[in-house]
Amino acid sequence: MNAPLRRVGVVVMVLFGLLFANLNWIQAYKADEYRTSDYNGRVQVADYKRKRGNIEAGGTAVATSKETTGKLKFQRTYPGGAKYAHVLGYKPVNLADQGIEQVENDFLAGTSDQLIGDRFKDMFTGDETGGGNVLLTLSRRAQDVAYDQLRNNQVGAKRGAAVAIDPRTGAVQALVSMPSFDPNPLASHDTAAAAAAFNKLEQDPEGPLKNRALAETLPPGSTFKIVVAAAALENGVSKSTPIPAGPSYTPPTSGSPIRNAAPSICPEAQVTLQEAITESCNTGFAQLGVRFGADKIKEKARQFGFEQDDLTVGQLGEGGLPTAASRTGDMQNPDGSTDPAALAQSSIGQNNVRMTPLQGALIAGSVANGGSQMRPYLVRQLLAPDRTTSYYTAKARELRQPVSPQVAGDLRDMMLTVVQNGTGRKAAIAGYTVGGKTGTAQSAPDRPDHGWFIGFAIDKNGNPVSAVCVVLEQAGSGGSAEAARIGGQIMRAAIADPGGR
Amino acid sequence: MTVAATPAPSPATTGGQSGVRLARSRRNAELSLLLLAMVLVAAYGATVEANLLDTVTPDFWMPAAALGAVFLGLHLVIRFLAPFADPALLPAVALLNGLGVGFLRRIDLGEAPVADRETLAVFAGIGGRQLAWTLAAVILAAGLLAIMRDHRSVSRYAYTLGLAGIVLVMLPAVLPSSISEINGAKLWIRVGGFSIQPGEFAKLALLVFFAYYLVRKREVLSLASRRFLGIDFPRGRDLGPVVGVWLISLLVLVFEKDLGTSLLYFGMFVVTLYIATERVSWLLIGLVLFFGGAYLAYVLGSTVGGPFANFYVRAEIWLDPFADPTDKGYQLVQGLLALGTGGLFGTGPGGGQPDILPEVQNDFIFAGIGEEIGLFGLSALLVVYLLIVERGLRAALAVRDSFGKLLAGGLAFTLGLQVFVIAGGISKLIPLTGQTTPFLSAGGSSLMANWLLIGVLLRVSDGARRPVTGGAGKASRPAGGPPEQLHGAPTEVIKP
Repeated sequence: MNAPLRRVGVVVMVLFGLLFANLNWIQAYKADEYRTSDYNGRVQVADYKRKRGNIEAGGTAVATSKETTGKLKFQRTYPGGAKYAHVLGYKPVNLADQGIEQVENDFLAGTSDQLIGDRFKDMFTGDETGGGNVLLTLSRRAQDVAYDQLRNNQVGAKRGAAVAIDPRTGAVQALVSMPSFDPNPLASHDTAAAAAAFNKLEQDPEGPLKNRALAETLPPGSTFKIVVAAAALENGVSKSTPIPAGPSYTPPTSGSPIRNAAPSICPEAQVTLQEAITESCNTGFAQLGVRFGADKIKEKARQFGFEQDDLTVGQLGEGGLPTAASRTGDMQNPDGSTDPAALAQSSIGQNNVRMTPLQGALIAGSVANGGSQMRPYLVRQLLAPDRTTSYYTAKARELRQPVSPQVAGDLRDMMLTVVQNGTGRKAAIAGYTVGGKTGTAQSAPDRPDHGWFIGFAIDKNGNPVSAVCVVLEQAGSGGSAEAARIGGQIMRAAIADPGGR
Repeated sequence: MTVAATPAPSPATTGGQSGVRLARSRRNAELSLLLLAMVLVAAYGATVEANLLDTVTPDFWMPAAALGAVFLGLHLVIRFLAPFADPALLPAVALLNGLGVGFLRRIDLGEAPVADRETLAVFAGIGGRQLAWTLAAVILAAGLLAIMRDHRSVSRYAYTLGLAGIVLVMLPAVLPSSISEINGAKLWIRVGGFSIQPGEFAKLALLVFFAYYLVRKREVLSLASRRFLGIDFPRGRDLGPVVGVWLISLLVLVFEKDLGTSLLYFGMFVVTLYIATERVSWLLIGLVLFFGGAYLAYVLGSTVGGPFANFYVRAEIWLDPFADPTDKGYQLVQGLLALGTGGLFGTGPGGGQPDILPEVQNDFIFAGIGEEIGLFGLSALLVVYLLIVERGLRAALAVRDSFGKLLAGGLAFTLGLQVFVIAGGISKLIPLTGQTTPFLSAGGSSLMANWLLIGVLLRVSDGARRPVTGGAGKASRPAGGPPEQLHGAPTEVIKP
């Protein structure tokens, strides 16, 4: 019986050899894949051993980590609750990261290459130096006002957004989307509760997780007239040039006439361009668009930033919060020729024209800043864990130059009259020169209109200090006036905030 | 069988059987190795504390010392009752058992609130319970050595044990699920707070029966055959018991929903049959029957469902665990991720996250340990298991009677097969089945049964290495024992 016993010994050797070979496959060849698998909770537990850095706005932490006694050592908390949710995003245990938490994750977590010195030091001291701190450009007062005013808007709109930027630098002063959400439950260490909270938010028909300010595109309505006016100014029309207007305009080949918002608006056969802007004369701008043609309108919009789908708002380099592209959309017949009806509708910001709130603020900002559009950014500075070393400081950068300083000046003057004695009176701020443009956009035939306002504020010395865009979705009657009021409030808060810039 | 069928033994393997060498009991070597094993266990405990508590408490050595005292007791029992037993078995098993206790204590430490970690009592938690079970299991093994002074004496109870084995196997299957089912497998008997796995003990009982039965039948099984395709196939009527065991193991597969146990019983029987008859055909028949049966169960599971569905699901998980990584494939996926995270060197004892793993104290202990000691550590563990198995087989080679050969050979192989089934299961080599990892997994049944197994191996190896004293072995053969097998004799009396 000894021969088979020996062979059994060999069989056992072979079985163990298979185990050994298989373990090599798993622990050596596939090790990296398994170690970094999305289903591997260990990576996160390791992450939570180190104190994650703060995200701060105006010298106050709006995202911070608190030590706990649980398995995961640090609990991420968001003292501002829903107010900063769409900027900060959230850092959940098992779900996907969002917002600045995701964009600046490496620096906050302390794993970025910039902080390798700390990691190296930790190896010898045995300490766990925390992650770095991210300082935001946001003005806390402007953000407060934007959040509160949107939530308590006087026309009962449930969805909307507001963006304020510094026209001279592109630094974002306020960024709010409504409805918002509280990110704290999502960061809960109870992963089941966090998942439940996330699912509830995700299934909410109002879409609270959506960053409307950056990624929601809506028909811009009359705010788009600034783009058309810029095209006109560059093609031989001046502020005081009379343009055809009238109570009604029916584009060639189209059955349905375009009318003004009220019979009192530009019933004359001709008004000046400035008057057309001030009163928001639909018939005038529809005819302007048809006169200059789709290509000129599209090109001007593109120069203002339409069609750009890779703009990110974070640092002034790679990465940042994604934005949606604004679009001028289709203005053609099926055979490729321009459809005058579509072009006329597009020229007053209807048809297939879609714009993000950020794009609105960029248009207002570039007008105020002498035709120079600055790249928007949210991250002002990256500070080392000990707050002594700075690893990044934003240096403002021009994104594009949509119009010449001269055209910008004309546009600015026209927008000032809108606030002085036009549709945007409610945006006025005492002691500052405020300009803007309201917009009322049809959303769907049976739904209330969206109310828009884009505007800017200029101080006594002629410096543009804030540009804003506010949209109230399906706000109905009075929506654009309310948007103008909120826009003015936000700019006033941004100006008043000493730490805002 | 003719002598020619047995390869001439090399001096290396038979050298230990010379009278001169056999006279050495090697008990002091056993003691030294045991101490070394306990030092390793203590070092493991210290590393765990250093990683988990950031400090090594002054009491870190206490679990190792408690274990050491228990094993020292067994060593003394061996010294007096089985002085010629294999000296490597006890230290190797003690090392595994000690690391198991250490790892379970590490889980307790990880789950305890940070403030209480430094003062965790030695007998607290599952680690402490495992320590207590170790004491019970070692006492049981010592008792076995005391009662069973000659391994051949158990052959007297072969039929009783065989019947008991079958009852133990079938018991969970016929009991209601509320008593016997845990995690979809009906392998337990739960009474109050205790749950025992009768299958662990059935393994031993059945093997005694197999060994006895096969020693009696081996002539007819090995000689009466028909030649077909160059392979000697047994006569149909001799297939009876094989088919019977095959059916039992398939019943286990279907009604207890456990492929591992079924594979274990069947593998155990086929291999003892092969050892007894030296017929490769039995191995082939066994493999074909088992894999055919498993494939049939898989096909039936996918089409008919019912009792086969569980096996089908397990096979599907095995084929692609990442198809449903958060539900059905969760356990296996987490096991693989643990092993992968460990990588080559592991995260260090106490440095991993075993609490993420489901069932880490039982089925997945191999993955939990693997995360912390890495590929190198696991390979070392496998070598220790291999050492135990090969030492068992060596005892089988050296022992003089056929019953002892079959018993030791079968037990050693079964131990190896069980390690293969569970370690292969959690590392996705074979479909995952609920088996305990011998000596590591938490649980009294497994620990006691496996220590009894080691007790038997110690006894057989003692018999194998004991100096031949003028045919006393023959004279003391109990009446009714297995007949003397002459064919093996030449290998056993040859001297280098």
